Amino acid sequence: MRYRVVQSIFPPGNYYFSGNEAVAEGAIAAGCRYYAGYPITPSSEIMERISVRFQKGGGVFIQMEDEIGSICSVIGASWAGAKAMTATSGPGFSLMMEAIGYAAFTETPIVVVDIQRAGPGTGQATRVGSGDVMQTKWGSHGDYQVIAHSPWSVQEMYDFIIKAFNMAEQYRVPSFVLADEAVGHLREKIVIKETVEVCDRVKRPGAAPFDTEEEGGIPPMPSFGEGERLLVTGSTHDAYGFRKTDDPNVHARLVSRLHKKVMDHRDEIVDVEGYYLDDDLEGLVVSYGFTARSALFAVQRLRSDGVRVGMMRLKTLWPFADRVVAEVSKRTKKIFVPEMNMGQVAGEVMKYACCEVITYNQTNGEVIHPHTILEEMRRIL
Amino acid sequence: MARDLEEYLRPEVQTTPFCPGCGHGILMGLLLRAVDELALDMDRVLFVSGIGCAAWIPSPHFNADTLHTLHGRAIPFATGAKLFNPELTTIVVSGDGDLTSIGGNHLIHAARRNIDLTVICANNMIYGMTGGQVASTSPLGALTSTTMEGNIYRPFDLCKLVKAAGAAYVARFSVTQPLSVISAIKKGINTEGFSFIEVLSPCPIQFGRRNRLDTPAAIVERLHEQCISLEEAGVLSPEELEDRIITGEFVHGGA
Ligand code: SF4
Repeated sequence: MRYRVVQSIFPPGNYYFSGNEAVAEGAIAAGCRYYAGYPITPSSEIMERISVRFQKGGGVFIQMEDEIGSICSVIGASWAGAKAMTATSGPGFSLMMEAIGYAAFTETPIVVVDIQRAGPGTGQATRVGSGDVMQTKWGSHGDYQVIAHSPWSVQEMYDFIIKAFNMAEQYRVPSFVLADEAVGHLREKIVIKETVEVCDRVKRPGAAPFDTEEEGGIPPMPSFGEGERLLVTGSTHDAYGFRKTDDPNVHARLVSRLHKKVMDHRDEIVDVEGYYLDDDLEGLVVSYGFTARSALFAVQRLRSDGVRVGMMRLKTLWPFADRVVAEVSKRTKKIFVPEMNMGQVAGEVMKYACCEVITYNQTNGEVIHPHTILEEMRRIL
Repeated sequence: MARDLEEYLRPEVQTTPFCPGCGHGILMGLLLRAVDELALDMDRVLFVSGIGCAAWIPSPHFNADTLHTLHGRAIPFATGAKLFNPELTTIVVSGDGDLTSIGGNHLIHAARRNIDLTVICANNMIYGMTGGQVASTSPLGALTSTTMEGNIYRPFDLCKLVKAAGAAYVARFSVTQPLSVISAIKKGINTEGFSFIEVLSPCPIQFGRRNRLDTPAAIVERLHEQCISLEEAGVLSPEELEDRIITGEFVHGGA
């Protein structure tokens, strides 16, 4: 593995951070040295903190004219050799979609943090939602794969942004931290360790940057200015980047490799956490993001009442935990999916589960209260 | 193209995709001539382009790092690369529709920020690749596939726009003025800060065909007649200047 251990830039210790502050620090710890952004609630504190932290040197910060400019400059910086990121929220994320497809197709490592608010449209700019799950995966046209992490705590904002950078570099894909406003603005204790594991992109002068015979299907990635005379295009291209837009085989081969290079590694990428899964269950909650905190409370309360319920928390949303869901669904009668959207993850769960799937959807800009989940579960069990 | 410029082209590329008589082929040669005269190290030059006929001038032809991006977004992509690695001589080459319509906001902001990019806008006054639709640079009355009764909107004066936004070097010439184009590109590259060079590049196929300039020769001749230098323009009345295109250097920068 290409991971190396580096000293934490931020002094190790215990801190009381907001999720947005933690994600900014985690990005710097992971090696982020280029940030471009555009103000949008509820993500702006990330940009503000990075702008201050980069002032002392070590990174390039720019506030662009819009979200499209932000993400495009992030892609340009990545090809110039930077670990690069942006952060935004719903409407800004929508504006970035075309470029996210470009990044996927050109295999550009980039990291995007989306602090989700309630939508659609301008929606409730200051309130919480989890409505961007599908947009993250399907927002750009065509077929592509991405990696998306779903933190439920300030600690995970820090930890997952590091993972997001590492996986972006390792798999040469756009990688996301998909947080809810409630996690972005949450303040709680986090522990910053002395060291950080980071992953750097592989370079192999002269090797084809867009195809590879190597196991895993992830080609090495050179940077501009290294004398490789790179040919990077968002059009269908061959192994060396030459446009081959009317060759059906080239297009099919490329799209299928981009799909496989993520899907063939999903056992390494997909991360879930199980609670009480060893039992033969009457009910199982599948949850993610901030909602999982409420769900865990409800599950623990029910268990103390003697009800055989379990919980699975999705720490990654994309690629979807299809195999895990299929497996655990055999051990329960019902799966309950509470979400701050109209059922975006529940739909995925239904695709793979072999038991009944019951949803609870709340899109009013408020987090789902633990007692709401408790009541709903008592009702359905 | 002259044989001595072949070293600047990727050996794998045998032909250009441009229609016969297109100005983009001429501009391609002039740009390489400027690069050659400046003796730029092609390992340190990054060409960035958007989408459209002009975006194909650097990509895939030029034997350097080339980044062929999204429609309208060449400038922000270039901004990221240049800011992260200031050692790169970063040259954006794209069309008028790409840089100034869909990408217009990026253009004015890049000029305002005065980031060290050289932007070459191949202005053919129409959308060539997509079938000859009206552009924000199409002249009043121009016949296009979306203005069959004549364009009713005024075109942008791109040089005035970019000058007002604060560019460090601004010039406009036509491919019929090859030496001036070469010199302007060289000055643009040598200017520290944002440089904008508008190059009028005739599109005989989509523009000429519809506007009674049926042959490449006719459209080039028309361009030649229309172009007038800043000095000559100074003594003419607004009426006399109607339909003329003023060429020259509008902002000199530090070059
Ligand atoms: S359509 Fe016009 S601009 Fe495009 S290549 Fe043909 S002549 Fe040139």
